[in-house]
Amino acid sequence: MLAPWPATPMAYLFGDGDMARSISPLLQGLLAIAILVAAIVSALVIVGAWRQRSALALADTPIDDRPAIAWIGIGVGVSTAVLVGLIVWSTVTMATISRPSQTAAFTIAITAHRWWWEATYRSGDTDQNFSTANEIHIPVGAPVRFTLASADLIHSFWVPALGGKTDVIPGQTNVTWLKADHAGSYRGQCSEYCGAQHAHMAFTIVADPPAAFESWRAAQAKPAAIAQDKGALDGEAVFQQRCSKCHAIRGSRADGDRGPDLTHIMSRARLAAGAIPNNAGWLSAWIADPQHIKPGSLMPKLPLSGRELADVRDYLLTLK
Amino acid sequence: MTTTDYDRAPRLVDLGSHGSLVGNLEDIWAPKPGLYGWIVSVDHKSIGIRYIVTAFIFLLVGGLEAMVMRFQLARPNERLVTPEQYNELFSLHGITMIFLYALPVLSGFSNYLFPLVLGARDMAFPRLNAFSYWVYLASGIFLYASLLVGAAPNDGWFNYVPYALRAYNPGPNMDFYALGMIFLGISTTVGSVNFVVTFLRMRAPGMTIDRVPILTWGTTTISVGNLLAVPSVSLAFFLLWMDRQFGTHFFRAETGGQPLLWQHLFWMFAHPWVYVVVLPAMGLVSDALPFYCRRPLVGYTAVVVGTITTMVLGFGVWLHHMFATGIPFMALAFFSGASFIITIPSSIAVFSWVATIWTGRPVITTAFLYFAGFISMFVIGGVSGVATAAVAADLQLTDTYFVVAHLHYVLIGINLFAVLGALYVWFPKMTGRMLDESLGKLTFWIVFIGFNVAFFPMHITGLLGMPRRIYTYPDGVGWNAVNMISTIGSVILATGILLYVIVVLKGLKSTERAGDNPWDASSLEWATLSPPPHYNFAVIPYVTSRHPLWESRLPGQGAMFRRDEGLALADGKEALATTAIEAIPDAILKMPEDTAAPFIVTLAMSIGFTGALMHLWWLAGAGALASALGILVWLWPEAELAQRAEEPR
Amino acid sequence: MTDALRYRELPVGSIGHRANGWWGALTLIATEAALFAYLLFSYYYVAVQNGRDWLPAELPGFKLAGPNTIVLVVSSVLVWLGERAIKRGAARIASLWMAGGALLGAIFVTVQYFEWSSKAFGIATSSYGSLYFTITGFHMMHVIVGVVVLLTLAAWSALGYFDSRRNAAVSAGAIYWHFVDVVWLAIFTSLYVTPHLGVG
Repeated sequence: MLAPWPATPMAYLFGDGDMARSISPLLQGLLAIAILVAAIVSALVIVGAWRQRSALALADTPIDDRPAIAWIGIGVGVSTAVLVGLIVWSTVTMATISRPSQTAAFTIAITAHRWWWEATYRSGDTDQNFSTANEIHIPVGAPVRFTLASADLIHSFWVPALGGKTDVIPGQTNVTWLKADHAGSYRGQCSEYCGAQHAHMAFTIVADPPAAFESWRAAQAKPAAIAQDKGALDGEAVFQQRCSKCHAIRGSRADGDRGPDLTHIMSRARLAAGAIPNNAGWLSAWIADPQHIKPGSLMPKLPLSGRELADVRDYLLTLK
Repeated sequence: MTTTDYDRAPRLVDLGSHGSLVGNLEDIWAPKPGLYGWIVSVDHKSIGIRYIVTAFIFLLVGGLEAMVMRFQLARPNERLVTPEQYNELFSLHGITMIFLYALPVLSGFSNYLFPLVLGARDMAFPRLNAFSYWVYLASGIFLYASLLVGAAPNDGWFNYVPYALRAYNPGPNMDFYALGMIFLGISTTVGSVNFVVTFLRMRAPGMTIDRVPILTWGTTTISVGNLLAVPSVSLAFFLLWMDRQFGTHFFRAETGGQPLLWQHLFWMFAHPWVYVVVLPAMGLVSDALPFYCRRPLVGYTAVVVGTITTMVLGFGVWLHHMFATGIPFMALAFFSGASFIITIPSSIAVFSWVATIWTGRPVITTAFLYFAGFISMFVIGGVSGVATAAVAADLQLTDTYFVVAHLHYVLIGINLFAVLGALYVWFPKMTGRMLDESLGKLTFWIVFIGFNVAFFPMHITGLLGMPRRIYTYPDGVGWNAVNMISTIGSVILATGILLYVIVVLKGLKSTERAGDNPWDASSLEWATLSPPPHYNFAVIPYVTSRHPLWESRLPGQGAMFRRDEGLALADGKEALATTAIEAIPDAILKMPEDTAAPFIVTLAMSIGFTGALMHLWWLAGAGALASALGILVWLWPEAELAQRAEEPR
Repeated sequence: MTDALRYRELPVGSIGHRANGWWGALTLIATEAALFAYLLFSYYYVAVQNGRDWLPAELPGFKLAGPNTIVLVVSSVLVWLGERAIKRGAARIASLWMAGGALLGAIFVTVQYFEWSSKAFGIATSSYGSLYFTITGFHMMHVIVGVVVLLTLAAWSALGYFDSRRNAAVSAGAIYWHFVDVVWLAIFTSLYVTPHLGVG
């Protein structure tokens, strides 16, 4: 899915999405010049020192030191020319990435929390509005606009393979855009220190082919499946009692807004902002003791009995 | 009342025929004995060495903090420390290195060297000098007391709000940091006052402004910078403290406050600060490298202009730390352009050093190795900085390990390497002993290799997308190998630093005596004993060039300099003031005796700050009042200092 | 070269602008000026970011602050007269002028304190309140320190410590006082005048 090298999820030297690919040549050019300059100066120092003398007599310093001073003139001259060129290149790139080449297809409202990402999709029909967490789907090939708001501290929204980062600052709404050119999952991570679990605040942008995106969106907009079997019903009761203060499940009475919306929790590949995989075992572990996985997380360790834990997990497992 | 004349013509003497002068000066300038003598001393040499030693202790402490961090990050999902512990470690590491090591070590060298290289008896304000050290020590202890109570700062050294506000950080961690920084700011400010006035007033006759060593240009320039920049951060921390204690609304978004105001105030200080912690180091190299190239520095004037221009431009680039915060296009373009342009004046010195090596006759001593390594690291740090000047590139690079690599190349490469080399140069002058050269060279290579193995991979770690300030990372994201390599490198670096300290301790006991001028160097400090007598120079010499001790061997200079002929100032503790540009004798200054006042005022201030920290307002007030009284007593006009009108005789 | 050093009589000690203390006072003023510049930057930044409705309904008035500004300017004149007096050697008169300047400074503080207590908002009411009281408060602290400095100089002068040549402390204290005065003009303009010109 990603570019030639390095093929790791968070690398960006060769970008994939539109914005990242606009940045990459500039970045590569800057690094190439950097390596060249560092190599030249280091070589000059090494070769210069190699011509050492053991005698301690003073060097023959001419009264007119202008040839020596010419080093400075040449150095400053060449540097200036290169830097001016870089300023022009940099400014042009900055203008290029300031907006997408086509108008954005739609807007996703991101709210950054300690230590998870809320993504709200709105459309003309409010019945079709929904919130999800940490796994953000977009259609391939279309630019998407993101508004960035913070529920608490400064965070930073960054998906390296797709584009540069934008800080999320309480009291203002920043705006950015991304466009993926290939289907796949792109890893993002908060990149402004935000306290205890800043290290575990990842998210994923999933770029779907347009048709797949539409069906994902339609599925997310639906309310939660109604619990059928006894275990799930018991679990729903536990959920209402113990979890609904913070979490919402559309279609039930749970409407807490401090934690992620769990209406379609089982549609997501990972839990806890990317910290753990989403399956029955890890889900149990998370509910049983979130503090062990994410010490300092705002989800407390609840005193649930084994029965209650199994029931609520079974209930959640039905929420696809 | 003494009968001090209002005017006097100082005697021009030749030491050869005035043998008793030295004995008189020894008596006049003799320090008081024992621990008491050490506490009350206002001798710049004693104070300078204290600064260097204390700064090195903080360097080692900060290094230990870093080692714990590196072991935690060596492998994914490591659980060596808790998240909170890690967050306190990285915060303290930054605070310690940037505030308690980087400038103080340079202040130490500058304090020690200014009067000696300028041909003066002491700094302009000896008591203020002692005070600036005591306050530095007290504020360092104050900051570290936070660790002792388990509440160290935990929001990084740049301490962004809202995380630093009470709602998210209710413990005293941030209060220690805020008050500690205001306290430390006092030390930095009065130290800056001292350097500026010493540079302008306390030079030997004939040392015109274009003959002073580059170190003094560097330190004086950054001192002016400090006078203008430090109030920004002191204010920022004061406003933060107010938001936390009294519910004011400077930074709280919910009530009209501006979180970004913190970032502006902080970076308007902190960007100039990065030049503050490197320009004097560059000055040390500009002065000492020529000794080992056996020729004067190439392009003295260009280097001076570069130094001053860098500091001035340094005030116009702070926004480049905030490129990702949603700033308008024009502002981004301006600050990006300025950040590219500042490369030019700051690189003048690099070309000068390379030219000096190429047109000179290099002598490969330990110091030369550190300076050569310094030049290379400087350029690597500089060019990685240029990469971040481009906004679009910075939006990827910022807040990743690429920036961590950049900042360590400039801070360790420029500041630490220069300091390690400078200690080799001036240790003989300070102690009268030489440091072991073979062990020195071995240590250099261990430090150099360790540093590069630790930090060069971090450029790659950053390009692989690892954000800063994370206490751990998952397996499978591609960050395992680079982190392990960095950790191994840090162990090598730590070994090297430890070895360096051992070599210095060994050197203190060495029996190999250094003479006055073991390097056959060119500047004034080498024209007096090693270590210098308490009065520095028996007679104030007349200076006729930039290289007093070389001028007889350089073409186009006369052999004018006479170390043993000059003005005798021995009617009590006296020094000479000269005019700022031409260095024409201007006044005879009376210098203060050793006194406990700076120490006592520092104690009073410490009590005041502690009271404020603990919300014991009566204690805070008492401390403030005691400080004010102490300062009043200190400033009380003294007849011996010729500050009072004389009784008519 | 060393001939330049022969036969020149030099002043000894704290003589006028040759005293290190004078130069120290100038650097102190530079750093304190920077402090007030950053305070006013904060004010303008928060004002601009917040927009139209940030200022309080009742703008800071000139009724008390106007005459108070004049009080401070006059106090500077008195201090200037005191410095001139000591340069003539008139120590007692200088002492009186210094004390007069201190008295006016104390009046400034008192009047400003009254103005503070009549405000409808406090330091913790809003970001405007926080900035208003912090900026004027920092200035007031500098005035209080200045009053202490002037009283000390008045006392030292009365004790005969200064004459027409040795009086550097008076110059240092005086320039500090004038600085405090100039800062007030900048604060007055920013907090009292610019709201009427559409800032904030």
